Amino acid sequence: MKSNLIVSGSPHIHNKESVPRIMWTVVLSLIPAAVAGVIIFGWDALWVTLVATVAAVLTEWICGLLTKKKVTISDGSAVITGILLAYNLPSNVPLWLPIIGAVFSIAIGKQIFGGLGQNIFNPALVGRVFLMASWPKYMTTFAKPFNYDAITSATPLAILKEGKILEHISYWDLFLGKHGGCIGEVCILALLIGAAILLIKGYISWHIPASFILTTAGFTYIFAGVQLFHGDWLFHILSGGLILGAFFMATDYVATPLTAKGQLIFGVGCGLFTAIIRIWGGYPEGVSYAILMMNATTPFIDRYTKNKIYGTK
Amino acid sequence: MKSLVKEFTKGIIKENPTFVLVLGLCPTLAVSVTVVNGIGMGIAATFVLLGSSLIVSLIREFIPSKIRIPCYIVIIATFVTIAELCMKAYSPALDRSLGIYVPLIVVNCMVLGRAEAFACKNNLARSFFDGLGMGAGFTLALILISGIREFLGSGQILGHTLIKGFEPIFVFGMPSGALLVIGLLLGFFNFLKNRKA
Repeated sequence: MKSNLIVSGSPHIHNKESVPRIMWTVVLSLIPAAVAGVIIFGWDALWVTLVATVAAVLTEWICGLLTKKKVTISDGSAVITGILLAYNLPSNVPLWLPIIGAVFSIAIGKQIFGGLGQNIFNPALVGRVFLMASWPKYMTTFAKPFNYDAITSATPLAILKEGKILEHISYWDLFLGKHGGCIGEVCILALLIGAAILLIKGYISWHIPASFILTTAGFTYIFAGVQLFHGDWLFHILSGGLILGAFFMATDYVATPLTAKGQLIFGVGCGLFTAIIRIWGGYPEGVSYAILMMNATTPFIDRYTKNKIYGTK
Repeated sequence: MKSLVKEFTKGIIKENPTFVLVLGLCPTLAVSVTVVNGIGMGIAATFVLLGSSLIVSLIREFIPSKIRIPCYIVIIATFVTIAELCMKAYSPALDRSLGIYVPLIVVNCMVLGRAEAFACKNNLARSFFDGLGMGAGFTLALILISGIREFLGSGQILGHTLIKGFEPIFVFGMPSGALLVIGLLLGFFNFLKNRKA
């Protein structure tokens, strides 16, 4: 007879949370941004997102078969990687681009390190940076919003980088996403709805997003203007991929610090690098590079912000 | 005779300087953008390796062990200078595209490593074949890496376009692409080795 008495180590109290549950909630919280992307850029945005997601899941499946490990596509992490990768692409890319990006994200960015929980970098950003370095011409031509033809427009940050004077674009337009950009990054409103779901459910803490955004804002306020302390900080918060990066990519469980103190350091570092790249760097946008660089420092931060055991010196 | 053949072949597969000993990665990473560069670098390094192995093996009885490293460096630097001047004279284009990495063969740890680990302990013939084998292994590894990088990074091999309409993946022409290709190849060869064992 099988014993009903189970002897196991602590913790003994469990709640219903599990990796798949959290991951699928994150997927849910990303949906508003997809709806906004489709409204702004047309059906192209949907196709890119779907293709990237399917490619990511298929790659995860094949990698699981090849390494003879448990196939982990049902936990939703590959779906998130695919969606986040697509959100970082312009809507008018040829469809082979998201496929290659998703394969690279999952195979090189995640499975080579040993799968979910082992990757040192955010897989979606690894794929995005790979595409950016490989095919810059596709990655930097953006479709015009609400104009579903092949007219291209630059992102507000790119216009700023080229030194042209920004034609008047209101903060409201930036907030709603009426400007050129990547599929998932333009509509701040939709992203904030998703972020609110995650914050209320407690799946992400405020530490990284808050310190990330505030540091970027503060730094651009000081240095991005014509003279010190005249920067347009609100513009820098609302444009580019800052909101998407701060809430959905810099808060990746695997590649970010564990403690609150460590997360604050991580967020400040991300914000600093983002602002530095935007103001003085060669690229108009620096969110993805900033997050990847700070991902690399995560083990180091974790080591020095370890919580002390009560009673020890 | 059989042992000499063995000294030669071990450098190509069993003790390949790039993929097994993981020596001399600096020039491997830097010059493997095109196959022509890879072959040029491989031949130059092989020449230096052969020359230094021969001389070190010849005078190994006379080198005091306390100052053996400076002695090796002087010998290696001599051959590197010969290689560099010859390259400048007969193939200026290759010299320009390899740039600083030809003089840097002096500090290539593969060359010094073979002098220290093999040539100073073995006779002339064995050292010669060891140097030849290591050089061949290095050249083949360079051709493999630069072939992959040139094809993916520019869609060409030796300047010939292979597939029409192929969109080159620029990242493989950049340093990050070199690290990627070498890392994946190292992993692949380790995988093969582990499976055999």
